[in-house]
Amino acid sequence: MASPIAIAGEYLPFMPRSKPRFVTESGVRVHGMIAEFGSAHELVHACEKLRDAGYRKWDAHAPFPVHGMEEHMGIKRTILPVVSFFAAIGGVVAALAMQYWMNAVDYQFVVQGKDLWAWEAYIPITFELGILFCAFATLLGMLALNGLPRFHHPLFNSERFLSVSNDGLMIAVEADDEHFDPEATRVLLEQAGGTDVDLVEDPEDA
Amino acid sequence: MSSINPDQAAAERLAGLRDDAARPGPDITSGDDGSLVEDPAVRPPLVLNNRSFGEVTDIVCGYAESEPPKWWLGAITVTSMIAAIGTGMILYLIITGVGVWGLNNQVDWAWDITNFVFWIGIGHAGTLISAILCLLKQPWRTAVNRSAEAMTIFAVVCAGIFPGIHVGRVWFAWMLFPIPNYNAIWPNFRSPLLWDVFAVSTYATVSLLFWYMGMIPDLATLRDRAHLRILRGQERRFTLPLPIGKPIAIPLIPTADRVATFVYGFLALGWRFSSRHWHRYEAAYLILAGISTPLVLSVHSIVSFDFATSILPGWHTTIFPPYFVAGAVFGGFAMVLFLLIPLREVLPNFKDLLTLRHLENMAKILLLTGTMVGFAYGMEFFIAWYGGNEYEWYAFIGNRADPSTAPYWWAYWTMISCNVLSPQLFWFRAMRQNPLVIWIVGLLVTIGMWFERFVIIVTSLHRAFLPGEWHMFFPTWVDILTFVGSCGIFMTLFLLFIKFLPTFAMAEVKAVMPQADPHGPGDDHTHRPSGEGY
Repeated sequence: MASPIAIAGEYLPFMPRSKPRFVTESGVRVHGMIAEFGSAHELVHACEKLRDAGYRKWDAHAPFPVHGMEEHMGIKRTILPVVSFFAAIGGVVAALAMQYWMNAVDYQFVVQGKDLWAWEAYIPITFELGILFCAFATLLGMLALNGLPRFHHPLFNSERFLSVSNDGLMIAVEADDEHFDPEATRVLLEQAGGTDVDLVEDPEDA
Repeated sequence: MSSINPDQAAAERLAGLRDDAARPGPDITSGDDGSLVEDPAVRPPLVLNNRSFGEVTDIVCGYAESEPPKWWLGAITVTSMIAAIGTGMILYLIITGVGVWGLNNQVDWAWDITNFVFWIGIGHAGTLISAILCLLKQPWRTAVNRSAEAMTIFAVVCAGIFPGIHVGRVWFAWMLFPIPNYNAIWPNFRSPLLWDVFAVSTYATVSLLFWYMGMIPDLATLRDRAHLRILRGQERRFTLPLPIGKPIAIPLIPTADRVATFVYGFLALGWRFSSRHWHRYEAAYLILAGISTPLVLSVHSIVSFDFATSILPGWHTTIFPPYFVAGAVFGGFAMVLFLLIPLREVLPNFKDLLTLRHLENMAKILLLTGTMVGFAYGMEFFIAWYGGNEYEWYAFIGNRADPSTAPYWWAYWTMISCNVLSPQLFWFRAMRQNPLVIWIVGLLVTIGMWFERFVIIVTSLHRAFLPGEWHMFFPTWVDILTFVGSCGIFMTLFLLFIKFLPTFAMAEVKAVMPQADPHGPGDDHTHRPSGEGY
């Protein structure tokens, strides 16, 4: 997990950034290295190689979720369901509190001579608000955990990378990874079946 | 599945190495496009003609990026005029009052609530396809879920109009929500009408979130395509499309592609197809599917509580919640078929993504839900007889079914023939594999489902307990044009959707294509057959 300052530096252009680990011959910061793969089969096998070589800051990009990728890449299970669960509980509590306070405390509403705390009639709205809170938490939580929205990313500097939204299957290794080495990583990606292995630059003024 | 790698086949075809005549194309004579395999051991292909990923992107995005065709311009001209008439009717109602409708002291809910329940019911198919069929691992849903979800949103928009304007003093409609006000009063949370407000607004919001989340990757695809065209100097410019002749180029500085990169790029939130993102995305998708499933069942149940908790004969029945939900799914699928069958005819290559098998599956759902609705109609009669309540018996026989006493018998029997009889055609394979027959049944069911709500609401209200109160309902021209106008609003929104947004869930369609399976035939650890969605 990167430090909060490093994360902020990725989003805010005016934040000072750490010194680049690698620069190109012309002195431009190297973001990382991308390699293209011919099929989903080759992609997952290359992912296994990178996972086993101990890389941590890298990612596989595909136009669709590749089945079983978590296992091939060694991705930890997401905590998103926990977020959604507590949001749903929050919605239920908020709904019950709102209905109780509005109809039994602040503006006492007697319907058919029933007790003010006749909670059965509160169930439909409690259910709906639980769902509503859960849905918002799921979408926003998914985006937040993914670090989105993030409209600018060094990978978008590579024209070739844009093919992942069509049919490209790519692996991108970040230069910040401790195992990253311009030569060794290139050899590893090529041995794994990657083609067109290329450095991605991250110019400061872009 | 075909043993040829479809990507390779496509590459060879595009390079001219394969003869197009040798492609396993549709056999026009038998009416089978290759998806109607009867052998249970063979999985029918979900995408026909060995399409590659790139071709799927081109088919779906190509339409959103091309000049609007003439039929689209003609259609949106007509539908937006109808929508304008409907909006004018709403304005007239707000200025004048609900007296412009044909309501009277006895029938105080009529077309307004009929239209509300009709539209909200249609809105159930989208979430059913995206949520329940997702949990049931039905990969064929990927071809229809995007357009069905869009249809859901637009139907809920139309539904939302009617409760808002039927309250009379529309400027007090905010009192539906628990908002602090100068009278220091709060709404009655024990009223089904308030439950309805929460159910419908939650449903609209969650459907919108679900639809939007599903679209994020596809919007990113549209963004990248526009960006690539700019990088390669193939920018598209804005043009003024004309019904006759060639479109005129507009010399605007921000070209169409620059606007597209900005708008699609903003909506795509910087999605970069990362597998770490896909992992959370799939988890989020599954959670949304899991919570939408009880939600979709709850919404129409709560709509039915508006009626079932009253003491009016014909409304006061315990079968209403499941009966309304089955009817909603039924009406929603009919509308999906009614919209998608013409779409498949007019849009190029869409038949490869939306196959006859998809239509057949939906026809089977129409048969199932139509029969469930028919069972509910029968059960209402049984309980009216078995319950021994003479008012209830009269509500069903004397006010609905018996032509000699019921003034609305024609509405009742229209409902029965459209909803119960017409889907029975789908017991025959030839019928449920014929798009024209499915389309006609879809239209009939849509009409029948409108009549179902009309029968429930108006025939129950027009003759309640005291014969002295009996009163007929006659719609005014404002009633009729408001409903027609809501159809115009719905169709206009749908036409805008198919022009500007990805009509198919590209990422999901690609995920169920055979070449997306990382464990191909040569792999040693196959643990799931290909073609399973998420």
